[in-house]
Amino acid sequence: MHIPDGYLSPSTCATLYAAAIAGWYAALKRLKRFLLSRVVPLISVFAAFAFVVMMFNLPLPGGTTGHAVGVTIAAVVLGPSGAILAISIALAIQALFFGDGGITTLGANCFNMAIVGSLVAYASYRVIAAGSHIASKRRVAAAAIAGYVAVNAAALVAAVEFGIQPLLFHDAAGTPLYAPYRFSVALPAMMIGHLTFAGLAEAVISAGLVAYLQVADPSLLRSTCGIPAGSEEPPLATPVQSDSQRRLWLVVALLMLLTPLGILAAGSAWSEFSPSEFANTGPKAQIAAAANVPRETTPSGMQRLANLWTAPFPAYAPSFVKSAGFGYLLSAMFGVGFLLALSLLAQRYLERRRATRYSG
Amino acid sequence: MKHSRFIESTMIGFTRALSRVLMSEEIARRRGLLQSLDPRVRVAGLFALVLAVTLSRRLTVVLALFVLAVMIAVFSRVGIGTLAKRVWLVALTFTGVIALPAIFITPGTSIATFLGGSLHVTAQGLATAALLIARVETAVTFTTLLILCTAWNHVLKALRLFHVPQGAIAMLAMTHRYVFLLVENAGQMFESRQSRTVGRLPGPERRRMTARTAGVLLSKSIDLGNDVYMAMQSRGFGGDIRILSDFRMRAWDYVGLFAFLCASSIAVWMGR
Repeated sequence: MHIPDGYLSPSTCATLYAAAIAGWYAALKRLKRFLLSRVVPLISVFAAFAFVVMMFNLPLPGGTTGHAVGVTIAAVVLGPSGAILAISIALAIQALFFGDGGITTLGANCFNMAIVGSLVAYASYRVIAAGSHIASKRRVAAAAIAGYVAVNAAALVAAVEFGIQPLLFHDAAGTPLYAPYRFSVALPAMMIGHLTFAGLAEAVISAGLVAYLQVADPSLLRSTCGIPAGSEEPPLATPVQSDSQRRLWLVVALLMLLTPLGILAAGSAWSEFSPSEFANTGPKAQIAAAANVPRETTPSGMQRLANLWTAPFPAYAPSFVKSAGFGYLLSAMFGVGFLLALSLLAQRYLERRRATRYSG
Repeated sequence: MKHSRFIESTMIGFTRALSRVLMSEEIARRRGLLQSLDPRVRVAGLFALVLAVTLSRRLTVVLALFVLAVMIAVFSRVGIGTLAKRVWLVALTFTGVIALPAIFITPGTSIATFLGGSLHVTAQGLATAALLIARVETAVTFTTLLILCTAWNHVLKALRLFHVPQGAIAMLAMTHRYVFLLVENAGQMFESRQSRTVGRLPGPERRRMTARTAGVLLSKSIDLGNDVYMAMQSRGFGGDIRILSDFRMRAWDYVGLFAFLCASSIAVWMGR
């Protein structure tokens, strides 16, 4: 993903330098609340670490190997501002001292990998891992998904940059002056490699590093875990329900009580038509109006598949219940209860597995 | 040993990076054209030439700049064989693979057909592929000349010319210094693991091993960052960074700067 000199036009390079400078400025401004003397060595050493991690050959499923960017672990440990600076410094070292990536395209490379990559990785990690314990498996999965999504987001932005080159920069005869492929070719060409190998490499290293830090040095995961500094981490099992949990249950109960509202609406919900409705004039007219096609008979596919599965509560009302409103309420209670039972079973299974592993 | 190929290739990558830096330090000490110029002139001049390569829209102008790059390399005592093997071949392979399909799929005037007329080589496709390859080769040659002929601390000091903030230069300098320490640490970890590995490790175990190595390296990096911070504090560092510059421009440097700027300007003007 390191774009060399010559692939992007000077105006694209200048625009992306401007965008990168804005990102660096914002990141530095956010970090200024910390001591500069503390930030300089931390960012520098982390940039050196990211540089070395980019050189690792990661074994991937299928027998091949790939290289990670290290942007996700930087975002998880340092936060987005620190990650933007650390990865930018690593990319600058690569371009200036190792000739990997161009000088005119350094702004583009920093924008794609350091800025877009860090922000997407941080946002994905925070959303997926929200509220989970530091040692939770969800954090490992969040890091893996964040790594995969971040690298592919950076590749997508790079593909857009490549794709606009032949549209904007060509000579009178139509010869593209920079990257020659339009978006329709540049997008799959960039994304196939990143959706398969590069994204997977970043996912593997990010998940592996978060899993390692959970055991070896959980304090490094604290700054971006969403738990305020100095407060206690949430215990693995909460004996007393917190306020937020209580609020959640109240909302669920209210929604269950409101479920009979659905029967107040006239007609059938769009795309929830049943074969019997084609026999009645009213619903048939509604379907014809919605589909813009007059239809006299039930579609054969719908007729064939209609009896494939019979729900225990057809039309949200068990057969023995005569009141439609009560049927809706009962269905809601059954659905919520079923999901709760499933999640409790899954939780018990995971706890038993964890207990077996540590006792063994 | 097939099972440890990923360890070996990682270690080969580390060794290559270190050898490239050692080679660069050795070339930077030679007496040559670029080495005789002030580092600020070298950085500004070669950056200007890279920019001229990017701005030029004519293949002939880019090729002329490539000839200029080769001449600078010869007079700076940079081996052409080294450039061919380490730079031109790598860039040609990478960009060639990318540029090749453009010869066939770029819309334009057909100049040759293959496979019974189903595959057309277009004049526009050929021109764009040639321009892309020539431009990448020339730009990467100028960049490599800068890297090979200038000590890294001189490049950093010269960046002040472009108003790069002192804090950023300090971070670049520290990162560059610690990259080699961490490369050495990682290399030793992989080497020790390889020496203790018998038989073929399953895929998930190989991935876990690599992640654990990266994890140990991360912990070491953070500890190192804390140690450096304390060392900086104990020496009275309060966040104010000043980079000493002992460069002095001589008449020869002004001649060099003038030549670089003339060559770049002419290339940009002719390559419009």
